[in-house]
Amino acid sequence: METALDIASWLFLLTGSLFAVVGGIGLLRLPDFYARIHGGGITDTMGAGLVLVGLTFQAGDWLVVFKLVMILFFLLLTSPTSAHALSKSAMAHGIRPLLAEEEEESSPS
Amino acid sequence: MFTAALLAILVTMGLALARAALGPTVFDRILALNMFGTKTVLLIAVIGFITHRPDFLDLGLVYALLNFIGVIAVLRFSRFGHFADPEDEEEAD
Repeated sequence: METALDIASWLFLLTGSLFAVVGGIGLLRLPDFYARIHGGGITDTMGAGLVLVGLTFQAGDWLVVFKLVMILFFLLLTSPTSAHALSKSAMAHGIRPLLAEEEEESSPS
Repeated sequence: MFTAALLAILVTMGLALARAALGPTVFDRILALNMFGTKTVLLIAVIGFITHRPDFLDLGLVYALLNFIGVIAVLRFSRFGHFADPEDEEEAD
């Protein structure tokens, strides 16, 4: 039972860390601001979710599991709201997304 | 296992800081700051498990809420120039 819990938490923690690093790389390499919001969203949903679920397998007490679930719940509620507020503010500020027609005009091939 | 997750989260925070330093617009920086905050919550949770102190999860919960409020406040300030509601501008006296 202990080793099954350990294997499960290893799996979830490693996958969550992988998603977090991939989201971070996406934040750096994606070409447009609106695409980078997706990079941040990957870390907030998949990365945070898998890491927190992996941590619940290592918890000894039900109160710790409840607290981890509450952290996950708040993160899942607030990160789409911040992403929406961010993109709405950027749109109101005048930042426009990079569309495919602009790329075709700039690099004829 | 916890150290691997810790290192990955630290690398992600470093990448977010790089975007905060690079980002051509202010919204890139706010996005990177938001991501830094959520990764801090994960870091607090993992460190709480490493040091066998489950009280750290309370800190993580509080910081998740603080981070959200902070990002919304910075967005409101960068858009309007003040923290008041937009309807208050007509009631100038």
